[in-house]
Amino acid sequence: MPAAIIRAERVEKYYAQPSENRIQVISPTDLSIVPGEIVALLGPSGSGKSTLLRMLTGLSAPSAGQVYWHEKPIASADANVSIVFQSFALFPWLTVLENVEAPLKARGMEPAERRRRSIKILDTVGLDGFQAAYPKELSGGMRQRVGFARALVVEPEVLFMDEPFSALDVLTAENLRSELLELWQKKTIPTQAIFIVTHNIEEAVLLADRIVVLGRNPGHIRTDFKVSLPHPRDRKATAFTQLVDYIYKVLTQPDAKPPALPTTPTGKPVRDQRQMHYQMLPHARPGGIAGLLELVLDHHGKDDIYRLADDLAFEIDDLLPIVDAAQLLGFLTVNEGDAAITSTGTEYANGEILRQKELFRTAAVENVLLLRQIVRAVEAKSDKSVPEDFFHDMLDEQFSEEETLRQLETAISWGRYAELFDFDASRRRFIQPEKLVHETDVEHTSRTEGEIDA
Amino acid sequence: MIRLPHRFNRLQTLGSQSRETLARTQVLERSWPFFLDLCIAAIGLACFYAVVRIAMFWAGTAEPDIVISLRPRALPLYAFYSVVRIGLAYLLSLVFAVGYGYLAAYNKRAEPIMIAILDILQSIPVLSFLPGVMLAMVALFPTRQLGVEMGAIVLIFTGSVWNMAFSFYSSLKSIPKELVEATGIYRFSAFQRLVQLELPYAAIGLVWNSIMSVAGAWFFLMACEMFHLGSRDFRLPGLGSYLQTAADSGNGAGIAWGLGTMVAIIVATDQIVWRPLIAWSDKFKFEAVESNKRVSSPILHLLTHSNALASVLRHTTTPLSESIYARLAARRERKLMRLAEAGAPAGRRRTAVLQIVLLVAVSGVVLFAAFQAVQLLRPVQGSEYLQIAKGALATFLRVNLSLALAAAWTIPVGVAIGFHPRLARIAQPLAQIAASVPATALFPVILIALVQIGGGMGIGSIALMLLGTQWYILFNVIAGAMAIPSDLKEVATLFHFTTIQRWKTVILPGIFPFLITGMVTASGGAWNASIIAEYFRVKNQTLQTVGLGAQISAATESGKFPLLLLATIVMALMVVTTNRLVWRPLFRLAETRYKLGN
Repeated sequence: MPAAIIRAERVEKYYAQPSENRIQVISPTDLSIVPGEIVALLGPSGSGKSTLLRMLTGLSAPSAGQVYWHEKPIASADANVSIVFQSFALFPWLTVLENVEAPLKARGMEPAERRRRSIKILDTVGLDGFQAAYPKELSGGMRQRVGFARALVVEPEVLFMDEPFSALDVLTAENLRSELLELWQKKTIPTQAIFIVTHNIEEAVLLADRIVVLGRNPGHIRTDFKVSLPHPRDRKATAFTQLVDYIYKVLTQPDAKPPALPTTPTGKPVRDQRQMHYQMLPHARPGGIAGLLELVLDHHGKDDIYRLADDLAFEIDDLLPIVDAAQLLGFLTVNEGDAAITSTGTEYANGEILRQKELFRTAAVENVLLLRQIVRAVEAKSDKSVPEDFFHDMLDEQFSEEETLRQLETAISWGRYAELFDFDASRRRFIQPEKLVHETDVEHTSRTEGEIDA
Repeated sequence: MIRLPHRFNRLQTLGSQSRETLARTQVLERSWPFFLDLCIAAIGLACFYAVVRIAMFWAGTAEPDIVISLRPRALPLYAFYSVVRIGLAYLLSLVFAVGYGYLAAYNKRAEPIMIAILDILQSIPVLSFLPGVMLAMVALFPTRQLGVEMGAIVLIFTGSVWNMAFSFYSSLKSIPKELVEATGIYRFSAFQRLVQLELPYAAIGLVWNSIMSVAGAWFFLMACEMFHLGSRDFRLPGLGSYLQTAADSGNGAGIAWGLGTMVAIIVATDQIVWRPLIAWSDKFKFEAVESNKRVSSPILHLLTHSNALASVLRHTTTPLSESIYARLAARRERKLMRLAEAGAPAGRRRTAVLQIVLLVAVSGVVLFAAFQAVQLLRPVQGSEYLQIAKGALATFLRVNLSLALAAAWTIPVGVAIGFHPRLARIAQPLAQIAASVPATALFPVILIALVQIGGGMGIGSIALMLLGTQWYILFNVIAGAMAIPSDLKEVATLFHFTTIQRWKTVILPGIFPFLITGMVTASGGAWNASIIAEYFRVKNQTLQTVGLGAQISAATESGKFPLLLLATIVMALMVVTTNRLVWRPLFRLAETRYKLGN
């Protein structure tokens, strides 16, 4: 095996909390990038893909551990890397040519040489004649080409890409992907290795020589394997679909063994989130859960998650939270990448709206600690209302600020749907739902659901 | 501090520039502990004491008498002096705003303190800076005229810099993360980042706030060019002093000539400076798609298509910037080499110790000076405290009355204009012209008329506050009414909403965020305007009414520093408190509940 260009040694990322514990985002991780390979980093949202990428490029320093660039600490090394961003990150006030020239300018290159190289690379990515255009005049795909040109003009040893195709439409993405692959395979660009972060499993299998799958809470490597399918790869080939199916299995299966807990030099306890008080609520809407269950029912109650995703044209970031939510509520079981509907799940999918709510209510109170606590707190208080801050502070102990807010948002959406409680947004308090007389009940509930789905 | 009349024209761009006009939002959302408030107050007191101390020490030279001629022939020269003064003050503000905003945005430790200082400084009226600035400047510069000139320039600067600093700071804070990361991964130097990312990103906000600042400068020009300080009479030849002198002697023709010149200059500035700037800054708009609405400017067209200019640039700035980039890149390489050789940087502990020592020393000095400043308040008598309390209450009522009056007429009119495009086409240019005249310049005319029909300063002061601040509310309401989606209006028509229901459920909630933005700006402006509105010299007599602004003006004129200090503290306190207790919650409400879309 050739020597690694970039090697991460026990890198981790965490945020210190004011209280005694801290929020672990990525547990200690080893990862190397060697010449000659395209590495794809896959993972559900919240697994720290982007964070890991930024640590590998040297943009963000790890909380502990070290990243080496040719065996020298990356902070003091002159790492020759580029990033292609999801949002393109072009400067809208610079022309295409000026955007591409900017990195060369930063390196103090002569104007004439700078121009020659920029025009050459623009030619390579198919942007001939667009030099004087401003990014806002271009389509998304063209803009990302500028992003590629800017990244390639410095002739990076490692090209990093952070979900480069996810802001593009399907056809444009496909086109750009195959062109990138062609540049890489024909060695038109001197790049030694490509590292791509994606949440699109097919994209990973199409491009990568090696796939690293991350798990979450905290982020850790679940599997890291080579892909030896010959190029060009056929999406319909059995080997291809088997690989996609396999990755779905890895992603949906609970960890066989949890990642090793990090030790802290200061002796602060690091707690594994899965062993903590509150389970993490998947960010799925009740309407989405019902939709998924109906789809599974259409597939005779049991099917590959991979095929379901295909049916829905969903990427894993869209589908997995819904699957997790259905699983959490006991509507669905997942085994070896197969989703099977349970009896309550079937009843839920077939039920009319009031019955659905009832089932959801029972399942939620039974399975979700946070919802149970909110309901009890509201009932216990004499004025039947509890401030949001109370639960915010409890969740804050366990989740990052951003995640805490998302947890609360999900809890509110579920609680409102199930009519477990209501939320007064102007006073930021959980309150008891208003009970309505039966005639207007139907009308009211259907309206509420419409709002939730909207 | 000045958010005073300016032409909020070109309404079509109002929506897209809400980020800039809402620069204050960021501040309103900020909360800082009580302790920090105390620190800032102490620093403020300390600065005041230091300046007054030095000023009193240096004061006491005779001054030559400058006679302001009221002949129209003198006007071009006076106008020229005033424009130069405002221009220099503006440049000073721009440099300061960029520097201050940059430091505040990137220095984590200094950030909360620096923003708190800005928030307080902008609540202090221009005249409170006057004695310190003027006496210090006169003493600093041996040539008398230069000293007074510098003083006037710094005064105008204190009136126009704060909102620009806020704007630059909040622009820096809102740069998208991936753009910053791109500058990091492509090894941009701080210089390149400033030129290619930060300044362009902040450009639109800076241009709009520049327009506001210069309008504010015109508003306070009269106060800055001619004033009494204790027994001393300062006057500078200029348009402001011309108008003031004309008002003093009740010379109607003089006032008319002065006003005409001022309006002409303002209109010319708009065409020659602001319009090209706005058109040029359009390219810095951070948007995904190209918008079709554009401000056009023939002058900008001329500049961009000029071959001569292009060749001049090619031979001056281009080689210069190239050499800068080359040098910066070389420096970066050397630094990396040293880093690779040396390993961990040494001497960190020494700087830490130095920092602590410095911090202790500075806070010691600040504490001492603040204490001294409080000592300065000792001669203030009980009755004077009572007077100030009374004045504060009067001004508070006056400010709110003028706000209510402004809202009462601007809301219906603004909504009508916003809902009817055809009306807008006629009314908008008229309103823009009306708004472009600095209210202070009109003030003498109004006051003379008021005195003739038997009204007094009480009505006059409210009229001036109204004149100066109503435009903010009007233009914001128009923008808000235009932003209400037509399907909401259609729903109201479809279900036959009554007029009251229409206003309660569609119109008022729809314009609410805009209304609040306008009211915050107007309220700050009205407080500042009170120093002129409540105390004015016209026809050889000083008209005044009970109020905090009048007390500040009177204290300045008679050189009673303790009283000036006390009144200023009270005013700053009231403005900051209203912002915290009233405007901040309302802003939050506007941002959450009444936000249309997303």
